[in-house]
Amino acid sequence: MLQFLVRRLIVAVLVAATVMTLAFILTRLSGDLAISIAGPNATQADVEAVRKAYGLDQPLITQFFNWVGNALSGDLGDSYFFKTRVSSLIAERMPVTLTLGLTGLVIALVVSLPLGILAAVRENTAFDRAVQVVTLLGQAMPSFWLGLLLMITLGLQLGWLPISGTGSWEHYVMPGIVLAFSAIPALTRLTRAGMIQAMGSDYIRTARAKGLSRASILLKHALRNAAIPVVAIAAVQLGFMLGGSIVIEQVFALHGVGFLAWESIGKNDFPVVQAVVLVLAVIYVALTMLADLMNAVLDPRLRGP
Amino acid sequence: MSVAAVTAGPKRGWRSVSTWTGALIVGAAAICAVFAPLLVPHDPFAQDLGKRLLVPFWMEGNNPDYILGTDQLGRDYLSRLIWGCRISMLIGVTVTIVSALIGITIGVLGGFLGGRVDDAVLFAITTRLSIPVVLVALAVVGLLGSSMTLLVITLGLLLWDRFAVVARSTTMQVRNLDFVAAAWCAGCSRFRILSCEVLPNIASHLVVVATLEIALAILLEATLSFLGLGVPPPLPSWGLMIAEAKDYMFFSPWVIVIPGVALFVLVLGVNLLGDGLRDLFGARTDP
Amino acid sequence: MSALLEIEQLEVSFGGRTSAVRGASLSVERGETHCLVGESGCGKSVTALSVMNLLARGARRSARHLAFEGQDLQGLSDRGMARLRGNAMAMIFQEPMTSLNPAYTVGSQMTEVLRRHRHASQRVATDRAADLLARVGITGPGMRLGQFPHQLSGGLRQRVMIAMALMCEPKLLIADEPTTALDVTVQAQILRLLAQLQRDLGLGMLLITHDLGIVARVAHRVSVMYAGEVVESAATAELFANPKHPYTQGLLRCVPVPGKTRRDEPLGSIPGTVPRIGPGFEGCAFRERCGFADQTCAHTIPRHAAGPDHEFLCRLPA
Repeated sequence: MLQFLVRRLIVAVLVAATVMTLAFILTRLSGDLAISIAGPNATQADVEAVRKAYGLDQPLITQFFNWVGNALSGDLGDSYFFKTRVSSLIAERMPVTLTLGLTGLVIALVVSLPLGILAAVRENTAFDRAVQVVTLLGQAMPSFWLGLLLMITLGLQLGWLPISGTGSWEHYVMPGIVLAFSAIPALTRLTRAGMIQAMGSDYIRTARAKGLSRASILLKHALRNAAIPVVAIAAVQLGFMLGGSIVIEQVFALHGVGFLAWESIGKNDFPVVQAVVLVLAVIYVALTMLADLMNAVLDPRLRGP
Repeated sequence: MSVAAVTAGPKRGWRSVSTWTGALIVGAAAICAVFAPLLVPHDPFAQDLGKRLLVPFWMEGNNPDYILGTDQLGRDYLSRLIWGCRISMLIGVTVTIVSALIGITIGVLGGFLGGRVDDAVLFAITTRLSIPVVLVALAVVGLLGSSMTLLVITLGLLLWDRFAVVARSTTMQVRNLDFVAAAWCAGCSRFRILSCEVLPNIASHLVVVATLEIALAILLEATLSFLGLGVPPPLPSWGLMIAEAKDYMFFSPWVIVIPGVALFVLVLGVNLLGDGLRDLFGARTDP
Repeated sequence: MSALLEIEQLEVSFGGRTSAVRGASLSVERGETHCLVGESGCGKSVTALSVMNLLARGARRSARHLAFEGQDLQGLSDRGMARLRGNAMAMIFQEPMTSLNPAYTVGSQMTEVLRRHRHASQRVATDRAADLLARVGITGPGMRLGQFPHQLSGGLRQRVMIAMALMCEPKLLIADEPTTALDVTVQAQILRLLAQLQRDLGLGMLLITHDLGIVARVAHRVSVMYAGEVVESAATAELFANPKHPYTQGLLRCVPVPGKTRRDEPLGSIPGTVPRIGPGFEGCAFRERCGFADQTCAHTIPRHAAGPDHEFLCRLPA
């Protein structure tokens, strides 16, 4: 077990390192950064001054290692636009994104678990087919469009929920629903498939032979086994949600990390963009490790003899 | 004594209603895409500020020349919708071709050669999965400017993971089958085995993945265009149309509903077709 | 007084197409082991499952008479049936490796039966579970209770299954091929255990098997099943000494007997294969493979008695 975790940790570190490199290359793609920062009206002297000030006159390799070295000690550089440390910018915005992501995940689980269980219990009935249709619709739905539609209906026409900003918990409902939509199809299908398989297994036949109640058989015996992959996938889905939050945050004007990245792209604020890509990648890798850990916790067979 | 049929699941494969619906939708979209210049009632780029925001045919005061009304610059909605279909289909298909080439090559190499090569492939896939796709695509376009070519290459470089995963797992399965061993014993070169034995057998699974990836590419392009960093304007991408209409959506909701529905229906159609193909081939899309 | 378990003319079909059981009748008395023997696919497992109504969805069960301790089982709702299962009647299965839930400890799976049916406290249930584990020959029962199924060997798991079945002091134990998936040496141990438990607890046992050797060792009475029907039933000694049905005779010829079977004699075999029986089939299912068949075998077969308690389904005289 321990050996497995150590191996995963090494892979995680290597992935983070690779992403760091890619993020660095990404921001250097457009050629001379100094020109972009200095702006269209700058003179040659201005550009040179900018170049010196931002350390862009050093060889690329030096810049890279500076960036890596600093990043490892938590210093993600300074924002060109905000003139503050990138790490504090990200730390400031992270709670919004995390709240959004977790809200989305909770809504997704609350919807897909019961739906998947019921669809499995009523396999091949009209209900099951309805659930599969809903799953298909959810997969095809463009998230930004759904967000706008919800804004129009729930926000404006019915006036139930606020349409932008982050004042209260109500501000997270619509964005949370939109995020959940992206995860519900996969989680529902997985729950349904897992439950169908569990219900057909020998140990469920034994449970029935013991005269246990239907609720106990379904929720205690079957779900416990079916849920194992679902929990793992849920962690990964959270990773995707956090990475994909940029669209939702833009639509609903939520000032999270995604929104920060969006602004920074518009302003050519490279250190921020670079850092956000890295942070999101590290979070994703951490979540996949968490998923593996949960697998081991939930499935006694993985813990060793 | 009558023979009652065992309760069967929903009709599978080529008889299924949903598959034919999907095929119909995709077919209609393909026709729109190919014959767009012939089908558009007006020039999708022609602005007429005197005819701004005309309402569609189901509302009062509509102009029969413009069936679905006009946008805020007086451009005919239906024409832009049809042209947008061409863009979506074009992006969807080209991106999928690029990502297929990358992903299948990587996946097959890893699955076939195993060992260190496979470790490297798995590492590449893990790295790719941890990268936030939308953010990176936005960053690239933001830094290097909008262009169709750049968009296709960027998305192609970001969406190959599913191809790689499925190509790898199916190759690993096929590699262990008896007829491959037989070919090996008969002295076939590795290349021959790959092209004659492995590829034909994994092709059906990859076709299914391709349809699902086309849907994903279309959605992604729409998202990027919505954020202003996708297809270069004035090309009427549906995502861009929705973004432009955002300012008017509270007064005239149809301006965002129409392209959104078009996008939704197209993606749904492609997914239905993909699911139908998967049932038909008995293919797996998850490892 | 009625028998512990009475089955009369049981019929089970799946989806209206395949008739798994076409007329099984047998009875199990208290303190008696009744073996239901036959080859794969003859319907013996289905018969066992239908007693406890554990058949898969889409199965249709009907019988002229199906009673446990005189109480009709067919009229019982699923709730009523659940009250009997694990309680007055228990069942153990063939595959101990997969029959226990991998996510819960042995102890929790055992105690939940007692807590469910007798509303016992956790303490009482745990004590009883430990007692039973010791009774079935497992050492260190306290430690075993805290272990997970994957930590136990196949033989141990089967013992746990038996102990679990005994938690509520059942009157009837149905064992569906309990030793088939186990090593030969372990098989013998489990059989000995079952026989001993039956003597000590006065259990009635319905034992499903395909192994005539097991039948000879533990059964008081035997029913031979072929293609969904019970074709012969008798006391064990009587069946082995005096088999009347051609299928039984063929079966016994196939089994080598130490001392009797000579080295140069070929072992018997029954030519042909088990037919697929659809609805509306008439006559004897064995007629294609029987040396004594004639055209009357295609019509309804009479049930003959060959002595008290010895019945068989054949046109041939007793």
